[in-house]
Amino acid sequence: MSERRVLVHGGTVVDATGARRADVLVAGGVIAEVGPHLERGRRGTLALDAEGCVVAPGLVDVHTHLREPGGEEAETLESGSRAAALGGFTAVVAMPNTEPPADSAEVVRYVLERARTACCSVQPAGCITVGRQGKVLAPMAEMAGLGVRLFTDDGHGVQDPSLMRRALEYASSLGVVVAQHCEDDALAAGGCMNEGEWSSRLGLPGRSSLAEEVMVERDLALARLTGARLHLMHLSSAAAVAAVRRAKAAGLANVSAEATPHHLSLTDEALAGYDPVFKVNPPLRARADVEALRQGLADGTIDVIATDHAPHSPEAKQVTMCEAAPGMVGLETALAVALTDLALPIADVLALMSWRPARLAGLGDGQGGPLVPGAPAHLCVVDPARGWVVDPAKLASKSRNTPFAGRRLQGRVRHTLYAGEPVVIGEEAQR
Amino acid sequence: MSQARHLLSVSDLGAEGIDEVLRLADTFAEVGRRPIPRVPALRGKTVVLGFFEDSTRTRMSFEAAAKRLSADVMSFSSSGSSLSKGESLRDTVCNLEAMGVDAFVVRHSCAGAPSQVAGWLSHASVVNAGDGAHEHPTQALLDCYTLSRERARRLGVHPPRPAVLAGLRIAIVGDIRHSRVARSCVAAFSTLGAEVTLVAPPTLLPASLAGWPVEVSHDLDAQLAKCDVVYVLRIQAERMKEQFLPSLREYTATYGLTVQRARLLGPSALVMHPGPVCRGVELAAEVADSPASVITTQVGNGVAVRMAVLYLLLGSGGSLGSGEAG
Amino acid sequence: MAERERAALGARTGPLQVRAVVMDRDDVRRAVWRIAHEIVERNHGAQGLVLVGLQTGGAWVAAELGRVIEAVAGVQVPVGTLDVAYYRDDIRLRPVVPAAATEIPVEVDGAVVVLCDDVLFTGRTVRAALNALCDHGRPAAVQLAVMVDRGHRELPIRPDYVGKNLPTRRDEMVDVSDEGVVLGEVPPEVPATGAAPAPSGPASAVEGRGR
Repeated sequence: MSERRVLVHGGTVVDATGARRADVLVAGGVIAEVGPHLERGRRGTLALDAEGCVVAPGLVDVHTHLREPGGEEAETLESGSRAAALGGFTAVVAMPNTEPPADSAEVVRYVLERARTACCSVQPAGCITVGRQGKVLAPMAEMAGLGVRLFTDDGHGVQDPSLMRRALEYASSLGVVVAQHCEDDALAAGGCMNEGEWSSRLGLPGRSSLAEEVMVERDLALARLTGARLHLMHLSSAAAVAAVRRAKAAGLANVSAEATPHHLSLTDEALAGYDPVFKVNPPLRARADVEALRQGLADGTIDVIATDHAPHSPEAKQVTMCEAAPGMVGLETALAVALTDLALPIADVLALMSWRPARLAGLGDGQGGPLVPGAPAHLCVVDPARGWVVDPAKLASKSRNTPFAGRRLQGRVRHTLYAGEPVVIGEEAQR
Repeated sequence: MSQARHLLSVSDLGAEGIDEVLRLADTFAEVGRRPIPRVPALRGKTVVLGFFEDSTRTRMSFEAAAKRLSADVMSFSSSGSSLSKGESLRDTVCNLEAMGVDAFVVRHSCAGAPSQVAGWLSHASVVNAGDGAHEHPTQALLDCYTLSRERARRLGVHPPRPAVLAGLRIAIVGDIRHSRVARSCVAAFSTLGAEVTLVAPPTLLPASLAGWPVEVSHDLDAQLAKCDVVYVLRIQAERMKEQFLPSLREYTATYGLTVQRARLLGPSALVMHPGPVCRGVELAAEVADSPASVITTQVGNGVAVRMAVLYLLLGSGGSLGSGEAG
Repeated sequence: MAERERAALGARTGPLQVRAVVMDRDDVRRAVWRIAHEIVERNHGAQGLVLVGLQTGGAWVAAELGRVIEAVAGVQVPVGTLDVAYYRDDIRLRPVVPAAATEIPVEVDGAVVVLCDDVLFTGRTVRAALNALCDHGRPAAVQLAVMVDRGHRELPIRPDYVGKNLPTRRDEMVDVSDEGVVLGEVPPEVPATGAAPAPSGPASAVEGRGR
């Protein structure tokens, strides 16, 4: 917690309670005052220009791979949280598919310890099953006791329907969310891109969207049966969106869903050049799927935008399409892609990326706002008019696997404050 | 050809490009008939055969082509190589290029690998010798060559210039889904004006045929009666375990070109197969050896066509002006 | 022939500007008759001879010589053609694509092969032709007949039969056909006027052939 006084002046404050022209004065790590034309007060106060900007609660990502422990060549908590801060995030949920996986209290404790010096809040997620093997339930209660609020075998879906049923039943008494990577392995059949026109033309093995639809439908039925909190990760297909929409309309309230910026922005045509940077699971889909995801965002079927930030070293990506590791980095481009490609008001984008995911992940501690005096000062300042071109070499992430290299985006995070500390000032990371 | 450094897809060529390869292949076929079937055209050039997936015939065919052009040939196979010691494909080809390689002939089990190799290299050319289920451009070129020359020969006329297959009805039968040959042949045949029909059970068709200039049929008998060419694809036994077919026996009964079915073919119809033939499965031995079959001719033409491709890619420096003649 | 000549002169692709008509149609016809007689005389008849014209400019020379020799000696001499594109030593310097077919109708083993060409210049084409010929077999002897010898040899090659010795400047052009022999020059191309469209795809090799 920073003792520093910071005045964010000249911007428009936007949070879950609405929008207003206001300055924000931060002191002692908390918001001291929110109002028009605040005085800087005593000397030593850092003034941050927010002219023309939106001042919002820090963004929250419920789906980030930070690779620590075990994958430090691709990302660390330090580099990943710096990337997060540059992207406007003040909290991320770290996926448990590390080496070793976060399937025990020991690994969760390790991540929490390393997270203390990170540039944003890092909340570890725990595995549903031991070793993400899909065979034996992991000690969820023990991990929940350390503060874990989200459990997932992400990277793989839990294939066994009976085991998934038990996982949901068990989790329902712990007040936690079970998050599913929705792909039926047998139907995905080891494919490396969306099955369809482009896979047929390119001769690459396809991954059918049916793999997602079937598992989404199955898990919706299990959620109905168990009443447990189920979160459906990175929806990618029109059929899956339709299934969730139907379930919600029928009154299923314990289910949430996320979509990623890349699935909301790119199609499988991007694979035409055989560049493994575009390989991701679930795969980039067809134009109609992208439209359906956007519709799902607009009508509330999809609750949040999550990055699925998945850093990979060049060794894992500069190989053939069949061998390449799936995944893309996204923390530093997520908000800009959402602002550029989704025809949504900025307040709606912030809802999808800040206060709704904060609530979904059960974060508390002022994450997701609202910006009121006394609340911990987690906030980001976004210049919606700022145009910039994505340069992989300039990413703070240790990895360069962005699918948006060379893309011109509109909107950029100017400053980020985490617990009152200005971790990003003028688009530059401060540590 | 200095602009097009690589041959990755037959679609890169267009009708003119295909015709150019076929015309040059004629001259190399003549070279092949000489007492000493070798020309010094690629003396001093080095061609690496990078077969990261096993192949005997295609590799030998490229090797013969390169050697008949007097190129130095280095062979590379994935087993017992640096790849099995953990070196990446990228490092492997870049290191070889640094030794002074002019062309890589790449066969790989993963679609797109030759395109990726082309992207990693700084100056060497890449010839796709088959990548996953994507393309096998030189196979399609030698099939176009065989079709156009063999039909002309049987009709007693000169091969048409430029090469056309206009109006020719070609049925491609078998495992289209997993076939790189089918993808290249569909592109090449239709570029030259042929009408292509794919004949296969639904499980062996690609997930989507959007944009493919083809008709689809599940009735081989009906197609045989009206096609000028039946192009039979190999059925890979390993597909069986992936549940694409109930059994080879059932496949033969419904889609195999049996002796009985072959009687439905017109008198001038040709039977083609990219090899290796699984005799008795997709093609009866008697049909493979019948006068209608040009399978051996296809193999023979492979060398001349691959010489033409290598010569076009490597044989000319592309810059006019400093030459000497007389 | 102007084809190979132009190649030697680099990027000069404009029309030939005629400066002098060196031989007319009758002169060419008389030269063919004389060379045919010399060939028969030198070889004590026409038995065992094979005439091979170098593609493309030498093809008609071989055909004409064959016609005359048949008339003179009463022997039908086999006439073939040879394209030496794949044997050229400038193959790496510029696009070289065969212009026409190689077709030698008989075995050359033990035969006396008369290579026929329109113009003898640097000698490099003849060098390529000798190599190419040797891949077809082992002739008893190889002789060289040319309609015009314009000098500027770069290799130790000497013709056995010459229609006309024609001193030239190196940058001049000689155009030979059965219609006559013309000396002229091709002015360097003015770069601004209609530069050739950038070649695309392998088809571009067609554009680049040795013209």
